[in-house]
This record gives sequence, C-alpha cells and structure tokens, in this order.
Amino acid sequence: MMTPEKLDYIRNKYHDIVAVRRIVREEGEKLAAKTKYRKQVLVCGGTGCTSSGSLKVLKQLEESLKENNIDDVLIVKTGCFGLCALGPIMIVYPEGVFYSQMTPEHVRTIAEKHLVKGGEVVKEYLYKGTITEKGDIIPFAETPFYKKQMRIALRNCGVIAPENINEAIAAGDYQALEKVLTSMTPDDVINEMLASGLRGRGGAGFPTGRKWSFARASKGDVKYVCCNADEGDPGAFMDRSVLEGDPHCVLEAMAIAGYAIGAHNGFIYVRAEYPVAVERLRIAIAQAREYGLLGKDILGSGFDFDIEIRLGAGAFVCGEETALMRSIEGHRGEPRPRPPFPAVKGLFGKPTILNNVETWANINPIILNGAAWFSSIGTRTSSGTKVFALGGKITNVGLVEVPMGTTLREIVEEIGGGIPGGKAFKAAQTGGPSGGCIPAECIDVPIDYDSLLQIGSMMGSGGMIILDEDTCMVDISKFYLEFTADESCGKCTPCRIGTKRLLQLLTKITDGKGEPEDIDKIEELSNHMKQSSLCALGQSAPNPILSTLHYFRDEYDEHINKKICRAGVCKALFTYHINAKKCKGCTLCARNCPVHAISGSVKQPHVIDTAKCVKCGLCMANCKFDAIERK
Amino acid sequence: MEDKTSFCETAEQRAKLEAVIEESRSTPGCLMHILQEAQAIYGYLPIEVQSAIARQLHISLSEVYGVATFYSQFSLLPKGKNRISVCLGTACYVKGSDKILAELEKQLGIKCGECTPDGQFSIDSCRCVGACGLAPVMMINEDVYGKLNPDMVKGILDKYREEEK
Repeated sequence: MMTPEKLDYIRNKYHDIVAVRRIVREEGEKLAAKTKYRKQVLVCGGTGCTSSGSLKVLKQLEESLKENNIDDVLIVKTGCFGLCALGPIMIVYPEGVFYSQMTPEHVRTIAEKHLVKGGEVVKEYLYKGTITEKGDIIPFAETPFYKKQMRIALRNCGVIAPENINEAIAAGDYQALEKVLTSMTPDDVINEMLASGLRGRGGAGFPTGRKWSFARASKGDVKYVCCNADEGDPGAFMDRSVLEGDPHCVLEAMAIAGYAIGAHNGFIYVRAEYPVAVERLRIAIAQAREYGLLGKDILGSGFDFDIEIRLGAGAFVCGEETALMRSIEGHRGEPRPRPPFPAVKGLFGKPTILNNVETWANINPIILNGAAWFSSIGTRTSSGTKVFALGGKITNVGLVEVPMGTTLREIVEEIGGGIPGGKAFKAAQTGGPSGGCIPAECIDVPIDYDSLLQIGSMMGSGGMIILDEDTCMVDISKFYLEFTADESCGKCTPCRIGTKRLLQLLTKITDGKGEPEDIDKIEELSNHMKQSSLCALGQSAPNPILSTLHYFRDEYDEHINKKICRAGVCKALFTYHINAKKCKGCTLCARNCPVHAISGSVKQPHVIDTAKCVKCGLCMANCKFDAIERK
Repeated sequence: MEDKTSFCETAEQRAKLEAVIEESRSTPGCLMHILQEAQAIYGYLPIEVQSAIARQLHISLSEVYGVATFYSQFSLLPKGKNRISVCLGTACYVKGSDKILAELEKQLGIKCGECTPDGQFSIDSCRCVGACGLAPVMMINEDVYGKLNPDMVKGILDKYREEEK
C-alpha cells in the first residue's frame, strides 16, 4: 500500500531529474551534475508536434545516441511546450536551448555535434527567437512568447514525461491529495476553494467552491465527480494539452473533490477525437491504481475513490452539463431544464459535480500554496490565470497561460508575435460559437470574465482566434451559425428553428441579396433565442452575430446596401479583373485557371471571362505583377 | 461495377460484436461504448448491426438509432478504405480549409460525407483535431497533413492511389 512516506521517497528520488528542467544556466548545470544524466533531451509528444513528425524525431534520437555511444543523456517524451507552430520541438537541458522544426536529419547532426561530450549547441537549428541580435543564445523561457506567461495549470506540461507517474509525483502531483487526506477536513477543502475565488474554466465562470459546497450539502450515499474533457469549441485545445501533458493532475484533483463532497466514483468524459489524450489518461489511471493513489483506502486514510473514462462521440452540446451526463448514461446528449441542478440531482439521478479539465488543473496549486496566494494573482473578480489556445492569423500559434487581467494587446503583440504578412489586426474571437469578437478598439481591455461580458464577448473555454483585415465579419458570423445550426440538438424550438433562420438570413446577406430590414429581424430573433432557449448552446448562439453587429455594423451595411465585401471573402459580392496596364502577358494565370476562364496571347494583357470564373482566387495568388484585382 | 458499399459481415465480425455486448451489457450507459466498438469492427453502423445490438440489449431499435444518429462520430454509411477528414474548425477555416475541401471534392468527384464508388476514398469534415498550429489541416486515416494549400491535394491523394497499385 502507498503511504505518505513512500510517496515522499519517490518524490525525493526523482526530484533533481525533474528540477533540472525548471532552471537553466549555472544553477541548472550544478543540479544536473548531481544526477546521473549529463544532459536531458525533451521531445514534445503532444498532438501538434506528433502531427508534424515528432515521433520520427524521437526514434532517430534514440538511434543516434546509440550510434554515438552516448549513454548519459536522458530522452523524455513530454506533453505540449505551447509553441505548436514551430513543431516538432526539442529542448536540451541544462542549457535550456530550444530546437524547432526538427527533422530526423537535424537530430542526427545535433547528436553528433551537441549531445556528445564537450559538444556545442547547433545554432542553425535553434528557434530564431532564442538568438539575440548580437548572436547570443538565450534560454527559451526568456523569449517574449514565454516570458510574459505564468504557468499554473500548465506547470508540468512540457516538463514531465506524462506516461511516467514517478516524474509526475516528483513534479508535485499527488502532494495536494496527501495534504488533504492527512491534514484537512472536507469543509477545510471547500473553504479553501471558496477563498481562492477559482471560477470554472469551462466558460461560464461559476465559482468552483460554491459548486462543491452545494454538492457536499446534498444528502445521499452515492455522489459523483465528473470531468468535462469534451472540448468542443473548434480551435481550442487547452484541455487536450493538459490531459496529454499532465494527466495525473486531473486524477488527483478529482479525488480531492471526491473527498470534499463525499463521492467515491469519478467519470472523465473525453472526446474520442483526442486519441493521444485518451491513451495517456488510460495509462495514468492504471499507474495510479497500481500505486494505490486511486482505489481503496488511499494513503491509508480509509478514503476510496476510483475513476472511469467515457468517450464522447462528437456532439458540441455535450459540453453542457446536463447533456454530458445524459451522454455518460448512454443516451442522446440532450440537455434538460435546471433546476434541479446537478449538485442536487445529476448523473444517474445522484448529486454530481462537473468541472472542466483546466479547473481541475488549478486545484493542486491552490491546496499546496493556499487560497491567499491564488487570489493574489489576476483581477479582483477573476483570480488566477487562464490558458488560451491562440490561433488564426497570428505568428506564434500555440498555447499560452497568462494572469487574468492581461490585455489583448500583450497577448497579440508580445506573446503572439503580431500578425504575419504585415496585415492589420481586426479582432480577436473568444468563446467560440458562444462568444463574440473583441475589436481593435478594445485591445487594451484587461481580459477577465466580467470585462469580456461587458464588451459583448465571453471568456469561453479559452479559444482565441485572431482575425486580420482579410477576414469578413459577416462571413465569420455565418461560419459560427453554421456550426450551431448543425450542433443544435433539436430538443427546444427556439434553438432548433432559430439557428436555422439566423443562418438563412446571414446567407442571404453574404449572397448579396440582403435587405435593410434583415438586420432588425436578426436582432429580434436573437433576443428571443437568448431568452427562451433551453440551454446555453441556444442562449449564446446569437452572440457571434450580435457582437459583430455591434462593432462591425458598417460591414453588414456594406454587404446589404452597397453589395460589397471589403475583405474579399463573400464570392457573390465581387468579380476578378485583370489590370491591363500591369499585366505582362506571362500566361501564368491562364495556365493555372481551373475552369479556363482566362484568355489572351503571350506578352499581351489577358482577360477574365467573369461568366466562367468560379472565383477561386488562384490567379490572384499566383500573379507576380499584382495585375489581378478584385472589384 | 460491383457495389462495394452494401452490407455484408463475416462470422468473425459477428463474434467480436457479440463478445463486446456480452462484456459490457451490465455497465450502466453501455450503449455508446457498444456503438463505438461496433463502428470499429464494421467501419460503420448499418441498420443490420443496430438491429442486432437492440435485440441483444432488449431495447428498441429506435433508441439505438436515436443515439447512433445523434453523434457526428457515428456513421450510418460505409466509409472509404482511405478516410479523409478535413478540419473545419475556426483556426483552419480562417486559414482557408474550405478551399482544401473544395479541391478534394473536385479531385475525387464526390461531396463531403460521400464515398467514391470504388470504395477507395471518403471525405468528411471535422471540428478541430487540435493541431491548430498546422492550420489548415486534414487527416487521411491516422496521418495528419498540415499547412496545406489546394495545390498539394492531388499529390497527397496520388500517394494513396499508388499504395493501392
């Protein structure tokens, strides 16, 4: 049986090996000298990097170490480092140098030149951001992308090997569970949660401590703890990264909640589209059971807790708590009216709490460092940090964690590295299909739950898509309405019919057939849906339209009155032409045109037959003389 | 041409399905799990398989059908030998994944959700595979292709066609 003493022993045994990865330069080297590994090479095994080939890199690394007779270098397959655009990523400690876009050939060179005894860093394969203007190499933690971040939920992602429970323990996992089981009462735990001010990271921002206290107050011998890992917001991958990088922190936190509310069973509802995350969870649960950190009489405290995985099957509405529970019960994932709230009557009719993965990831640091520490971070009403999946038209696509109250400008310009191609920032979309846009004029608003609601968006689960001048705001609303119309479960009429009608109206506008009164119809219908839909999906489905209408009304008016799409996205509203003065008659466009709509002789200006043209834009993309115009 | 899309099952598939049902029937909420396993065995969920599940679980076919049609991951139609899935999540969409989908449809002569008559390729769209750093992204079977542009589509498809030869 696992005891607190044994846990301590494991923690001490592996402590230095893991700690080397948190410090760099002289201190790191001193610590590394105390371990049996001269160097440690961390390769990202998250979905982003494996998609760009990190497993091949890993295999080559193993072979190259053998070929060069290197036996004192440790290879660690970690979770996500966050800078997914530069994958596959490889980090070497104790130097803390950051190799990006690795290929097996690069790895071979690095093994021969850097990883051998007395080797030197191979500068040309480093991430350019880690080389200063003078040519000095800085540790990656000091680059703009990482420097402004504060990693609480992601503290172990990209640091530990998630498939090795010893490393997780050495990094602090299960230490909070130990503290709770040996020195705290359930009420202590709940009071700590209440005092921390932690709010649900799934989107709505309900205070976690209150949710737990309701469930604790509910009578019943059977209660459940659930984890929402059905990350459905398209373009968001925070939860996936936590599950892939540090699955044990979720298991530990669920056990703590079980102790606090009096539950002995937990369910993790995870998307089947995340095979890597599911696999790591399975491994983690098996290891935790083997170590006695899940199961009967955990750490000799007499407390029993175990966790099962249930796979989702691709329904956005299952992110809603009552729908998720219906789905775990094996039914269609349709929501039901509340009250009764799940804390009173939830899964299988029993009192249940449901928290999102990122919320769970915050529990361990709150217990260990205290509520006062946590609530000192962030803003008055939103304590702690938030993880965002930064995507779209931004240089540093990836995963960032910042204190609440950080401004959008800091995220976009400093951490995100700005918009590529010299384009202008237009808006940031947060909250996915339930959220709205933050326009350029609000770029200095500090981001927290309440400020985002005030400007008509919402925190959501943390997807943040950056839009530039080439994005049409009417089209992006239509994109989200297509999504919600498709994902509406159909149970309540306002959502089922409302999303369809809104989509029809938007399609009418992007097809160039919009009429001025359509805007009034959209607004009226949106307000009805907000008030009368059964669940958050329908209530928030109009948000993308309402927020773009509020900030980008002129674009809607242009589509309707002038039949113009300034971003050049809505195909019905423009045609392609060739500027005869600029055209050199190189014939490139005519050869590329998939429908043979372009004619002309060599060295003579070409002409586009607008009747034949399908507006694919290939000619414009390929023309070397900027001769193709969109009118 | 022989239609490779009509239902036929092997004794082995049937035995596997029955083993799955037997193993999980006592777990509360087992229907989702059984449907997922059944789809892994048959590649899709034809009405014959749904009927068999309903019969053995002593529930109505309409209940099974209701669940099978609710979730986008379940397919009632057969998929191609090479399953193409284009990500239409927001990050991919703003980077032009709709153009990738259009090019695939053009190259293969089928629409999204359909399967080529020879059973080689099927196209679906999906919502975010979580590889947003590589947008726009598509998956063919388990392989992820990122940072795509429409010109790359034909070359990628040819690779799978050659494997067939």
